[in-house]
Amino acid sequence: MTKSYEELPLTPISNEPSTVNLTGYWRVIRPIVDKSKCKKCTLCWKFCPDAAITLVDGEPLINLQYCKGCGICAFECPTKCIVMVKEGEL
Amino acid sequence: MRMVMTGNYASAYGAKLSRAEVIAAYPITPQTSIVEKLAEFVTTGELKAKFIPVESEHSAMAACIAAQTAGARTYTATSSHGLTLMHEVLMWASGARLPIVMTNVSRAMAPPWSVWVDHMDSIAQRDTGWMEFFCQSNQEVLDTIIMAYKICESRSVMLPAMVIEDAFILSHTEEPVEVPSQELVDSFLPTYSPEYKIEVGKALGFGSLVRPDQYMEFRYKAMLAMREAHDRILRVEQEFKHIFGREYGGLLERYRCEDAEVVLVTAGSVAATAKDVVDAMRARGVRVGLARIRAFRPFPHAEIRSIASKVEGIAVLDRSYTFGAAGAMYTEVKASAYSCPKRPVMKNYIAGLGGRDITPKILEKIFEDMLVVAKRGAEDEVEWVDVMGVPRRWK
Repeated sequence: MTKSYEELPLTPISNEPSTVNLTGYWRVIRPIVDKSKCKKCTLCWKFCPDAAITLVDGEPLINLQYCKGCGICAFECPTKCIVMVKEGEL
Repeated sequence: MRMVMTGNYASAYGAKLSRAEVIAAYPITPQTSIVEKLAEFVTTGELKAKFIPVESEHSAMAACIAAQTAGARTYTATSSHGLTLMHEVLMWASGARLPIVMTNVSRAMAPPWSVWVDHMDSIAQRDTGWMEFFCQSNQEVLDTIIMAYKICESRSVMLPAMVIEDAFILSHTEEPVEVPSQELVDSFLPTYSPEYKIEVGKALGFGSLVRPDQYMEFRYKAMLAMREAHDRILRVEQEFKHIFGREYGGLLERYRCEDAEVVLVTAGSVAATAKDVVDAMRARGVRVGLARIRAFRPFPHAEIRSIASKVEGIAVLDRSYTFGAAGAMYTEVKASAYSCPKRPVMKNYIAGLGGRDITPKILEKIFEDMLVVAKRGAEDEVEWVDVMGVPRRWK
């Protein structure tokens, strides 16, 4: 919500981290994980530039609130268990 | 205590008496002795401050920004190429509304390489959102630093300021300077306590991204602050006068301007010479006056207009030149005078670049030229004075 100049501080100051911005809304392609092919190598977790992947028993769990759909995890996955699909198609 | 000291030592004493808590600076001619003196104050324990020797002027300003964001009163000093290297972070300091005070020993820009006085460096920073105060004497340098902290740190202002000394003419020339006692300065300048600062246990992010729907509101606030600074400069100087007994004339010092036919507008140390010339010409019955720009930012528009509406001619002497336009002070003065119902004839004189002396003789010739121009109009609106090879009339 926009504010009048009188309501704003002198300079932009935020008291919350940038995680309040749910950047997952930027996404146009979405990663889908086929856990049956996952070898638990954790490469997707290491490469995700947004730290949107957490590991559950060594397998990736993608946080779609922050995943921007860059596709790096799918590119790096050696078994191709992650594939990117267009939003709205699956 | 009355001491004999250079403008640079006056700067160092000004920062010390203002109890700067963090000093980050990089040495550059002719500013070096400011940094040396402050390092000495810190080493001997005379000044309780953190001294950060940095690897560049960009880093010096960045360190001041960080320390000031953490709630410390900071000081730095630089000159010419050092100042222009700071350019990016100067914008940050003002946008983040950090009341940093800095001395700039105004020096020419290279090439040709020069270490002497010229205002190009300071003038080139006019759009950074910093206040700019030009000084005429070493006493004024010391006093202006103390006043600058009080102006900058006012809740309604919260903007940084640059105190400008002319290279060598002030920086390395010794003059008697009244150094006030620490108690007196403390009674004038309260400790710095900003509304927001970085604190342990209280996470805050500074300088965040702002979308187009809110950016202008922040710039608008800075604009209002700079407008407010005009009034604060005058008030703080009156408070200063009350405690220390000295004053300098607000944003625009007017010297014998009443009933003047022609007024010379300029800034910096040359104003002292010009006052002598005004006295000599007045003694002969020639009605001339001097208006010295003390604050170039905020610019004294109203003060210039009050002079412009009364005189026949205004000569503006710039110690820098904006290529493709004119002297920056001239364009500002001319813009101010435009709204006067009766506008004076105006002419710009470019002189004293790269430390060339502006002698009383040259100033007298400028006045005499302007007295003629005020009646007949100017052939050249902008004239370079005392350049070898172009009309020798200045010799």
